[in-house]
Amino acid sequence: MLHLILFLAFGAVCVAGAVNLLAQRHPINSALSLVVVMGSLAVVYLLLGAEFVAAVQVIVYAGAIMVLFVFVIMLLNAGEEERTKGSKVALLFGVPGMLVGSILIGWVLLARGGGRSVPVGALPGTPKVIGWLLFHDFLLPFEVTSILVLIAIMGAVVLASHPDTEQGKKEG
Amino acid sequence: MNITTFIIVSVIKTVLALFVLLTAVAYTVWLERKVVGHMQNRWGPTRVGPFGLLQPLADGVKFLFKEDLTPPHVYKPLYIAAPMIAVVFALTSIAVIPVGNWVTLGGLRIPLQITDVNIGLLIILGVTSLGVYGVALAGWSSNSKYSLLGGLRASAQMISYEISLGLSLVGVLILAGSFSLREIVNAQGGTFWGFIPRWNIFYGGQFIAFFIYLMSAYAETNRIPFDLPEAETELVAGYHTEYSAMKFAMFFMAEYANMITVAAVASLLFLGGWHGPVFGPPLVRALLPVFWFVLRIFGFLFVYIWVRGTLPRFRYDQLMAFGWKFLLPLAIANLVITALVVAIRA
Repeated sequence: MLHLILFLAFGAVCVAGAVNLLAQRHPINSALSLVVVMGSLAVVYLLLGAEFVAAVQVIVYAGAIMVLFVFVIMLLNAGEEERTKGSKVALLFGVPGMLVGSILIGWVLLARGGGRSVPVGALPGTPKVIGWLLFHDFLLPFEVTSILVLIAIMGAVVLASHPDTEQGKKEG
Repeated sequence: MNITTFIIVSVIKTVLALFVLLTAVAYTVWLERKVVGHMQNRWGPTRVGPFGLLQPLADGVKFLFKEDLTPPHVYKPLYIAAPMIAVVFALTSIAVIPVGNWVTLGGLRIPLQITDVNIGLLIILGVTSLGVYGVALAGWSSNSKYSLLGGLRASAQMISYEISLGLSLVGVLILAGSFSLREIVNAQGGTFWGFIPRWNIFYGGQFIAFFIYLMSAYAETNRIPFDLPEAETELVAGYHTEYSAMKFAMFFMAEYANMITVAAVASLLFLGGWHGPVFGPPLVRALLPVFWFVLRIFGFLFVYIWVRGTLPRFRYDQLMAFGWKFLLPLAIANLVITALVVAIRA
């Protein structure tokens, strides 16, 4: 009962945050709405018993990545955005497409899942289990992903450095 | 324990913990003024009460009754929210910090901790990493160049040092094999060679990790020598330049509450938490561990103040170079060596 109430409350907060993210005109408000979405998602993970994933969600997404978003918005001092009429294509195909998509997902889950829902705490949630999965069962995908991230970092460094300019030469 | 007793016990513990924490925050300010005063050959506060002991109360009353100015050029919603974000996240982490063993009161076995979760350390890291928003948003929403620069410096500094801070703790986690603060402390009980306590700072070679943690923690809490976000000579007062009265006091409280959290985590992870000689009647037996724990926190706060009275401020490029080029590689090396030793022993 308590779980259901918490799930509904934080699910509602999550959706409200997502809608607010789109509705706000100032980038910093949108970024903060995204923080709210991340935070309420963490609570939903917690309700599923995935406590480690919940903590990582808060530390990595809400605490590090979104701080960098806010940092960049502050650094660029981005102002309010102009409200445009929006594209007709998005309105014509986007809204019906989204509706069809969500109905499809709901139908598949209800029909194929046989109405079964995941009981609370059914997912592997403790750090030990997650660590075992990551470094034993899924070691190769995990390491490949790490290398992918490393390549992305190196790409960012290459893009950010200006070897031709005076300052770039000084920094080497 | 049924649900009603559980709620009553939890509420009592929460209120008590918050009261103690806020009092500790107020008296840490007093301690700082007094200690720094004596280091600089002054008296510090002496007028209000004996040894100036009532000064924090007087300050609190002053903050409450001061005029709360809101400059006209600020972005109001975030300007008002920022100090609240800072203080709320600073006070939240006390919820998972254990201060001692169990007490038996009227047949109830109560842990001296608001709640014992098995990812306690991760919760503290998560909550403190969210505290950055208070500082960053204060800087941005004030719409003033000094505040903005202070906020930018604070977020860059806190993100940079969070990495070495987190990595310095991983060695301890490998040794304890748990995220639960209670289990980490329990793993440090007893002695080796008969007289040296099995604290992580001695045992398992976490000596270097301890100093990495200490330095990163100073940067995380924006304290001298890393108090660039509020460098008076360059930025007036940094991110809280435009704040006055209780809103300013909230930032102040957040800073000192963070100091206490950092000190508590250091005591729990590196210095054996509440372990110490225990003797006497049952009540003393239950409360002595709390005393040892508080003593460690006090020691840390004293070192904080001592460092403040001793060291000058870093330059900004030195701060970043120190964090990324010295502390981070050192933390990674410590982690690798600890992991190797544990793997060989296993």
